[in-house]
Amino acid sequence: MAGTAVLGRLTWRAADVVEIVPETPRAKTILFDVPGWPGHRAGQHVDIRLTAEDGYQTERSYSIASAPDGWRLALTVVRIDEGEVSPYLTDELRPGDRIELRGPVGGYFVWEPAQGGPLLLVAGGSGVAPLMAMIRLRAAVGSDADIRLLASSRSWDDVIYRAELERLASGGLTVVHTLTASRPPGWEGYARRVDAAMLAEVGPSPAEQPKVYVCGPTPFVEAVAEALVTLGHEPARIKTERFGPTGD
Amino acid sequence: MSIISRGFRGRRHEAAADRVPPGQYVTRDFPVLSAGPTPHTPLDQWDFSIAGEVDKPRRWTWDELRALPSEEVTRDIHCVTKWTKLDTLWRGVSVDTLLDGLETSADYVVQYSDGGYTTNLPLEDVTGGKAWVVFEYDGQPLAPAHGGPARMLVPHLYFWKSAKWVRGLQLRAQDQPGFWEINGYHNYGDPWREQRYWGD
Repeated sequence: MAGTAVLGRLTWRAADVVEIVPETPRAKTILFDVPGWPGHRAGQHVDIRLTAEDGYQTERSYSIASAPDGWRLALTVVRIDEGEVSPYLTDELRPGDRIELRGPVGGYFVWEPAQGGPLLLVAGGSGVAPLMAMIRLRAAVGSDADIRLLASSRSWDDVIYRAELERLASGGLTVVHTLTASRPPGWEGYARRVDAAMLAEVGPSPAEQPKVYVCGPTPFVEAVAEALVTLGHEPARIKTERFGPTGD
Repeated sequence: MSIISRGFRGRRHEAAADRVPPGQYVTRDFPVLSAGPTPHTPLDQWDFSIAGEVDKPRRWTWDELRALPSEEVTRDIHCVTKWTKLDTLWRGVSVDTLLDGLETSADYVVQYSDGGYTTNLPLEDVTGGKAWVVFEYDGQPLAPAHGGPARMLVPHLYFWKSAKWVRGLQLRAQDQPGFWEINGYHNYGDPWREQRYWGD
């Protein structure tokens, strides 16, 4: 594990909003320029800090959705109606605004092209963000690693990065969607929550020893990780990132 | 000097500021942070050990641990992912009880867990009424996703220093960074000094 994380102090940096891209009715991607950004690994996250005029501050963590690209960083934010930070980021923030950010953070939920494949990526909703960084990195460096992405979304309109995933899906990158709440007319894909049978159909078998990355809301990750272990995947090869409450 | 975020007002919590460390926000939820699948060790195969630099290693089965004197503790907990939860209610055995009468020259301890997780801290941070092996949360058996059947509770440090699915303590003469500590997180993790990451 030596050298998997960034050495030295993570200082707060100014991050300039350069573009805001709507992804779904509830999610937007915010592109930042972060002067002095030291680079990051696919799967890592950043902390952002907001400061009100009276000095009140709050911090949140967001996964980095972009592959390393100079000082440019992409974060994808889903608006949580009762949230303190996400409505500000999705509704209020505009190009030209500046916030503070530090990172990159986390040396475990990461993938390097040199590690190769096969990879099984399982995303619940906006949990696709750090997995997208891996997919974008694969494309950027021309890796031929076998990557299967199984993305669970509520509906076709809620699929984040849909067009880009369609464009990238070829030559070793397989993208499979499951839609849990509603389907467009004529939908022939999966229409249920991720389960063991689906994981067995989509993913490399346990015998191929894929590296597995699961990211999403806690109940989603719990269920998927459990199903993967049941199928025979080695727990040590299943890396998880959970967000939100447990739901119990 | 911080940059003002144009148009950001924020939502201040009514809780006394002296209970919410810098950079944290209060949640009523109980989020989960773990790096891999939730392990499920049957209780009849579960045990808890004190090992390493000790005169005599100790080991308890589940029933033996549950037979030790336990106490109810109410504490605020602080996760490095920014949430703070106030007044969480636990039941467990004080680490003082587990170490009572033990001879050791160790200055450090590593908590180790099912699934391979480890986290390190100075021994003095788990003694003197500062740490517990807990098996109930809010009056109910501790759920597997939250570390059941038993986890550590070391509430004065960020919550990754409270290992889920804990199976023992290894007492050590030298410090040995654990899972998150080698992956970019602070070696000590005091929320009041905002020791989140290396170099903080």
